[in-house]
Amino acid sequence: MSKVIKVGMADLNICKSPDIITTLGLGSCIGLTLYDPVTKVGGMVHYMLPDSTQMRNNSNIAKFADTGIDELLKQVLRAGANRTRLVAKIAGGAKMFSVSGSSNISNIGERNALAAKAKLKQLRIRLIAEDTGLNYGRTVELHCETGDFYIKAIGKPVKKI
Amino acid sequence: MGKFTLEEVNTMYVDVLREIGNIGAGNATTAIASMLGIRLDMSVPKVALLEVSQLGSAICREDETIVGIFLEVQSDIEGSMMFLLKMDSAQFLVNKLMGRDGDFKTEFDEMDLSALKEIGNIIAASYLNALSSLTNLVITPSIPYIAVDMAASILSVPAIEFGQFGDHALLIQTEFGDDVMINGYFILMPEEDSYDKILTALGLSL
Repeated sequence: MSKVIKVGMADLNICKSPDIITTLGLGSCIGLTLYDPVTKVGGMVHYMLPDSTQMRNNSNIAKFADTGIDELLKQVLRAGANRTRLVAKIAGGAKMFSVSGSSNISNIGERNALAAKAKLKQLRIRLIAEDTGLNYGRTVELHCETGDFYIKAIGKPVKKI
Repeated sequence: MGKFTLEEVNTMYVDVLREIGNIGAGNATTAIASMLGIRLDMSVPKVALLEVSQLGSAICREDETIVGIFLEVQSDIEGSMMFLLKMDSAQFLVNKLMGRDGDFKTEFDEMDLSALKEIGNIIAASYLNALSSLTNLVITPSIPYIAVDMAASILSVPAIEFGQFGDHALLIQTEFGDDVMINGYFILMPEEDSYDKILTALGLSL
């Protein structure tokens, strides 16, 4: 039987086959997974903000794209993943309210998604699938047995990327 | 940069917010009662200081559907506020407003969403009015924006807003109703500078 490991907001964890790792109700946050298809080791970070260096209070590393992805990488490698085989998938980064202004917060989802891409590029990890933006919440699951990444949203069919 | 951080002003701020919440919820209850032509009672609001990362599951399961109404706030205080309703409460209010049976249930259509937005608008404006008259600060709310989605995804908006400054957020819970009790939740998100404006206006200092 496979276990389901839950990742909260500003949280990260790792997962091995046959287990499933999930995070519920991603809004403007991003759920990013790293996965090694050979050893079937993966992990997920659910971060809230794009950049820890612009914040005074940055002690929780899973809260930020830069520090969160670094830590997730460290943990999946320690769990037996091979760095050159790692692939990434991301979901989330929605704009939950159609606020018209261009305030810091109104485009946070988009900035979060861009931060993932920049960080992955810097780490030379391939981003092979994404489902980001738009205006609805997403519950996501990474199945470590297959590497499939499922996205559930209210009133929409389950999507696999 | 603000003189106070949310962490520093906690106890004082919680008391002030509870009182403002009390007056605001009172105003809101009166407004809704007269609009719907029913009698409504309300309880003293509860104020909870939460870890930002716990906000997603603070009012119900993370993937339960809720209604969120969001307003931006301008003028003397900059920031935003949010009013949240669970689905059963939202359905009840819409039914009352649209003159349907109390237990009617369906997916919200455009008209229902518009009615909910208006209810959220009245409640938020009543709350802001209380804050404004207590502090003598000019507070101008934007038009309301609505989202019906998973609790955690809606609450990610205030979580991110608070998360920029610290690790805590304040959630105000009010309960009003007659035979059916309605649970509503407020989250006030002032920009960092606005905390000391609110506290200074109330004659409080550290």
